[in-house]
Formats: sequence, C-alpha cells, structure tokens
Amino acid sequence: MTDVSASTTAEIAREYRAERARRAKRAAVLKHIFLALTSLIMIYPLIWMLAASLKPDTQIFGDIGLWPGTFEWQNYAQGWNALPVSFTTFFWNSTVVTVLSVVGNVISCSFAAYAFARLEFSGKTIWFALMMMTLMIPYHVVLIPQYILFMNLGWVDTYLPLIVPKFLAGDAFFIFLMIQFFRQLPRELDEAAMIDGCSPFKIYWAIIMPLSLPAMATAAIFSFIWTWEDFLGPLVYLNDQADYTVPLALRSFISSDGVSQYGPMFAMSILSILPILLFFIVFQRLIIRGIAMSGLK
Amino acid sequence: MLKFLRRNFAGYAFLSPWLVGFFLLAIGPILASLYLSFTKYNVVRPPQWIGLEHYFYMFEFDDRFKKALQVTFTFVVISVPLKLIFALGVAMALDKGIRAIGWYRALFYLPSILGGSIAVAILWRQLFNYEGVVNSVLSLIGIQGPYWLADPDYALWTLIVLAVWQFGSPMLIFLAGLRAIPQDLYEAAEIDAAGPVKKFFAITVPLLAPVIFFNLVLQMIEAFKSFSGAFIISGGSGAPLDSLLFFTVYLYNEAFSFLRMGYASALAWVLLLIIALFTIVAFWTSKYWVHYENERG
Repeated sequence: MTDVSASTTAEIAREYRAERARRAKRAAVLKHIFLALTSLIMIYPLIWMLAASLKPDTQIFGDIGLWPGTFEWQNYAQGWNALPVSFTTFFWNSTVVTVLSVVGNVISCSFAAYAFARLEFSGKTIWFALMMMTLMIPYHVVLIPQYILFMNLGWVDTYLPLIVPKFLAGDAFFIFLMIQFFRQLPRELDEAAMIDGCSPFKIYWAIIMPLSLPAMATAAIFSFIWTWEDFLGPLVYLNDQADYTVPLALRSFISSDGVSQYGPMFAMSILSILPILLFFIVFQRLIIRGIAMSGLK
Repeated sequence: MLKFLRRNFAGYAFLSPWLVGFFLLAIGPILASLYLSFTKYNVVRPPQWIGLEHYFYMFEFDDRFKKALQVTFTFVVISVPLKLIFALGVAMALDKGIRAIGWYRALFYLPSILGGSIAVAILWRQLFNYEGVVNSVLSLIGIQGPYWLADPDYALWTLIVLAVWQFGSPMLIFLAGLRAIPQDLYEAAEIDAAGPVKKFFAITVPLLAPVIFFNLVLQMIEAFKSFSGAFIISGGSGAPLDSLLFFTVYLYNEAFSFLRMGYASALAWVLLLIIALFTIVAFWTSKYWVHYENERG
C-alpha cells in the first residue's frame, strides 16, 4: 500500500519536473525569438544607413533593401569633397577638440574626485552637494552668460570655449563616477603612504591613479563620445566653415537645399560615427559597466 | 590660522579647477542669466533693466512660448514612460543568464550611444520622409503613411520614436537592478502558485522601485534637455507649424538667431525652474511608492 503511493508520488514529481523543463525550454525559445526580432529592428536603421551610403542617389529614398545593387564607392570620395572645405579639415578639427577635451576632463575631474573621496577639508559636504546639483542644470541655462563671457574674452570662433571648460571639471558625471571608484580603494594605502611621508599629490599620482585606470578609461571613453557628437557647443561658437567640427559639417549637407547628394551625405554620416563605433566595439565592457555603475546616459 | 591653512590646503588645491569652473561657468552664469532675464539685451548695447516685463509678456502674450511648453511636455510625458517600459521589458527578457546575452546587450545599447549624433538625426529625416523607408514598410501591410515631417499632427512622433529607440541605457541600469533581486523570492512565490503577472507586480516592481525612480528622474531631465534631434529634423526652426518647437530650440533661436538675449535668459530660467519642479515632485511622491531595502516598513 505504502509502496504504491510512494511510486506514484515519485512519478508525479518526475512528471512535474519534466513539464517544468519543457515549459522553460519553450519560454527560452520564445524569448530568443522576441529578442532576436527586436534587436534586428533596433539595428536596422543603422545598417540601412550603411547600405544607403553605397547606393546611387536614385535608389536611396523608399528602398527598404539592405543590399546596394551597384556599389557606389565614389559616394565617399564625393562626400569628402562635397563642401567648399574638405572633410580632412573637419576630422582634424574634431580630433583636436576631442583629444584636448578628454585630457582636460580626466585630469580636472580626477582632481576634484580625489579631493572629495580622499581628502579632509572644511566645507566639503557643502561643495559636494553643490557639485551634485550641477548635474541637474541644463546646458541651455548657462549657455547665454557663458557666451557673453567668452565673447568678451575674444574667444568666439576659436576652440577655447569648447576646450577650456573641460579643464575646469565641468562635467559632474565624471566626478561622481570617479568618486564611486576611489571609495572602493582601501584607505590603508593612503595612510601607509602618508606615514612614509608622501604628499597628497604623490598619493594621487602614484597610488590612486594607477589603481583607477578602469574608471579613468570609462570617463575618457564617454568624454570622447560626447565631445565627438557635441553639436550645440560648436553650433554656437564656430561660424567659419573652416573651423567646423564633423557634426556641423554634416548639417551643412541638409541646409544646402536643392542639391541631391544623399549618397555622399550618408557616406560622411557613416564616417562620422565610425570612431564611436570602433570605440564601442573595443571598449564595450568598460562602457556597459560604467553605465550600470553610475547611471550615465 | 596656519594650522587651518595647512589642514585645508591639499583639499582646496585639488578642488581648485572645479571651484573655478563652478563659479565662472556654473553658478556665475546662472545668476547672470537671472539678472539678464530682467533686462533687454541684444549684445550690441548694454543691458537695459525692465524688471519682470519678460515674464509677464511670456505668460500673457507669447503664443510660441506656450506652444514650446506644450510640445516639450507632450514629448516628455509620452517618450519617457514608453522608453522605460521598453527598457524594463527587454531587461527582464535578458535577465537570468540567457545565452548570447552579451550580443543582445550590445545591440540594444548601440542606438543609445549613437542616437545623439547628427548622423542619426539626418538619417531619421530620411527614414520618415514621405517617400522614405518607414512609409515603404507601412505600405507593405497596406497602410498609406502620413507626411511625417510636414504634418504637425505627426512630426513629434518621429522624435518620440527616436527617443524610445535609445532605451539602451535605462535597460542596462534595470539589468543591474534585476540582478540584485533575490531569486528565492520568485521560487517562494511559485510554490504559492503565483503567475507571472502576480510575480511582476508583487516582487519585481516593489523591489525595483528605487531603480525605476532613478531612471525616471534621469530620463525626464534628459528629455527636457533634448535639442539636436528636434533642431536637425525641424530644420532649425521647430517647423512644421511649430510642432517641433522644443523649449530648447525656441530658446536657441531667441538667443542666437534674433539676439534677444534677455528674453532667452528668462526662458532659460523658466526651463531651470520646470526641471527643478519636476525633480522635486518626483522625489516628493517617491515617498509613497519607493521603499529602500534598508528602511523598515
């Protein structure tokens, strides 16, 4: 009697477990189909842009296909020289602004983060609160007075308004990210170094910085991407086409009406996002961790 | 005194770049723009005090201001919840060690990193052209698509789609949050025969509330600030019929196309107050629906 019931219980349990496994498998398959479809839809516009950059003008408009019938490689050559100033200049300008901005951001933000995370000084809590509040301030609110300031300094039509603020730790996001990282480093390191007679700068340079390379790299990568894509800053401060950065130059394509050069326009669009794409592929892990860590955009 | 100096020297030395930036490029400009908002100022002649006149004019007579508010609010109210729903949905599908998660994560995140670029804004203009890809796809299922970019009833939707397309970063933050929910809660609920809907509302939502809140505030601020997409897609003016007149676009045009710097500063302050108000309201209401794990009750 007991035997029978035991075997049925075992059978029911086995049956139940099998049913569960089947259901889990079905759910996993459905999930993969859902994810694969959505990610394809997500990526489709970007691949379409790549295809459009190689299509002849007449084929671009409503064509949903992703394979150009004939490959118009000269779209790239044409686009490169489509504006009175060639894209060599625009890429060079963007590179100068971006590299200097990244350097400025990493140095100045790590200074501030080191002060907030590791040093004691009076008024620290208040400064910290003010720093966090600047996260909320839209650039548009400070734009006009900054413009007037830079105009009076004679900096309009130079790169200084785009670069100098980066050396003054203007982006609180990076400070916050670095503080989070610095706080994870053991305090004993600083204390031991202090006993050995190291100055705060020595501690920053020889201990904190070498241990924080992942945080610095994350800040540098985001700084690179945001500066490279920045549009409003260059739009306000740069008026001479020879000074344009790549995004401003791209805009010239659509503001010069009547000329149908869609292929070359998309060719240059693709080239403009290529550096970001490469960075993303190479540093994907750092980027994704950086976001999860700090909630960067 | 000397002791005070010595104790604080290192901290303030490291903080000095940030301090200079804070006074010259953040708090200084904010106060300056408050002052300018009470004046008439066109860069050429010195500011001329007119008191609250700009603010009266804005709320009494300026129809474009009201339109800009309406457009911006509509955009925020529709795009932010949609973006968060997508982000959470995909994050939940990606949770629990699915195969190839790295690939999916990268593909879903890619639009977030490229979405702010001018290249993508230009691409969007093309996709939503009357003869563009979106209408081609719609015609495949027998729908005649509208004039997305020329019809004021539809233009804003192109930007909402652009914003929702970039759900990658809140998704990554949701993923990190979902990982922190203990699995045994779900197992216990399953023993109690709770279905997926019940589990979602009884476990996932309450435990994820702090993360949802964080994403909500961050994306809201981001949405209020968005500029380049609307600027490029509307050709810089907010067209058609001001249906893409984002607050930031209006502000930019008042300041830099018409050189009404005083009025634009008043607009900037209204924007700052709106963002501050929304953030405060979000924090205030969060008491009722966000509970952090380390607090009781």
